[in-house]
Amino acid sequence: MEKIVRIENLIFKYANNNDEKRVLDDISITIDKGSFTAIIGKNGSGKSTIAKNINALLLPTEGNVFVYEYNTKADEHIWDIRQCAGMVFQNPDNQIVSSVVEDDVAFGPENLGIEPQEIRRRVDYALKEVDMENFRKRPPHMLSGGQKQRVAIAGVVAMKPDCIIFDEPTAMLDPRGRKEVMKIIKELHREGITVILITHFMEEAAQADRIIIMDDGKIEMDGSPVEIFEKSNRLKELNLDVPLAVELRDRLLRKGLNISKDIIDKESMVDYLCQLK
Amino acid sequence: MIRDITLGQYYNVESLIHRLDPRVKMAWTFMYIIGLFIINDFIGFVFAGICLALVIYMSKVPVKFMVRGLKPIFFIIVITFILNMLMIGGEVLVKWWIFSITKEGLKQASIMAIRLIMLIIGSSILTLTTKPINLTDGIEKALSPFKRFGFPAHEIAMMTTIALRFIPTLLEETDKIMKAQQARGADFESGNILRRAKQLIPILVPLFIGAFRIANDMAMAMEARCYRGGDHRTKMHSMQYEKRDFVAYGLIVVFLAAIILLRIYF
Repeated sequence: MEKIVRIENLIFKYANNNDEKRVLDDISITIDKGSFTAIIGKNGSGKSTIAKNINALLLPTEGNVFVYEYNTKADEHIWDIRQCAGMVFQNPDNQIVSSVVEDDVAFGPENLGIEPQEIRRRVDYALKEVDMENFRKRPPHMLSGGQKQRVAIAGVVAMKPDCIIFDEPTAMLDPRGRKEVMKIIKELHREGITVILITHFMEEAAQADRIIIMDDGKIEMDGSPVEIFEKSNRLKELNLDVPLAVELRDRLLRKGLNISKDIIDKESMVDYLCQLK
Repeated sequence: MIRDITLGQYYNVESLIHRLDPRVKMAWTFMYIIGLFIINDFIGFVFAGICLALVIYMSKVPVKFMVRGLKPIFFIIVITFILNMLMIGGEVLVKWWIFSITKEGLKQASIMAIRLIMLIIGSSILTLTTKPINLTDGIEKALSPFKRFGFPAHEIAMMTTIALRFIPTLLEETDKIMKAQQARGADFESGNILRRAKQLIPILVPLFIGAFRIANDMAMAMEARCYRGGDHRTKMHSMQYEKRDFVAYGLIVVFLAAIILLRIYF
């Protein structure tokens, strides 16, 4: 499997902070091309800092971050890195540049210096991907939070990245907007884009192929959702939520029911319970 | 309520004038204003007035919107008229105490007033028929030859674009802050001017902090989308002149020529 992102012994400190606190403390992760990884942790655990290091918005204090073979420290490849690994931020309002939806989506491709006709094609494609093609001429401030975030995603999709890093994309949205955005993230992943989802909602992380749990700048756990939720006690020690289905499974186990460890989501739980009678 | 505000005064209809390239419209406005200052007789104003009326008709914008722009400067027009009327000497028509109205003064005052009124109406056509965002693009394109001399055409256009984008966002933010302060007993409506100005401080401080935070986030988001200034940058709408734009440029020349001829021969 080709590795798209390689983080090697990454240590990160904010330079202007005098105290020696390491925001990221010796992190090593590799991300497979085409995978869907969720990084979850409490506020201040360093999860967003990882995202900004992958995108070369922040540079490692020590250690290295590679996107494909490009080191983020090498200035000459910085634009290749940012094109390969796009990024969607938390606040949809603060990442939309233009007062017309389609012009905003065109912003990234315009920065890459692409031909106008090709930009047009990409903008149409990207807006279709996020299901916003009927809003192309609208001003963004008239859209709902979820719609705005979808426009922001389209802006990244139009740059044709191989990997998209979502930095808490649903944190400021209502439940409906959250659902819309998660649906699009999963669709993009199905179409072959590598997804790195930073979140603090366990329900969202549970939809990934791999969950990395961060605590205080270190990787606490790393594995598939099934592996992670097997140790649900450890999650509770870290003050993290456990999805409802996993909580129910654990309680049923404690009651002596023979329930499979693979049941971690609502659908499989329903299937299992319906077979019981 | 704040969500419904329209930016600038763009009037959204389809018309030939709306479709014209913003650069042509800017050139027209500029030349039209110069033309107004060349004219110094009523015959010239009649001609310019007919042209203006024709353009207004073609733009499909109701005249009501054109005249609205006059309201704030109505006072200035009146003062200009009165001063011109009283200050210019010549053949006396009416005399009262130290004031005297002369024939020349009356003529000059009328010309001045008509000039101002036509200037305001004419230039409001530009903003009524062009979206602010297209105007910005037009300015960038029109000024880009001066980039060679270090003129930051792209930067100015980008700043304007972002400013336009954030006007509604910051208004919403202001609304939110005001409501939050009012909920805690702040009173923005009573007291004299000084008191009221003081009461704005608790709004302005969080608003400014918010604006800086937004600017920081925005800069990061733009960098993440490979923004690196105007070089290497392409545009989706590559602003190409069409036949109608060249016709409009041609008409500018005709318009100016006609005005100069009218001035010389009448």
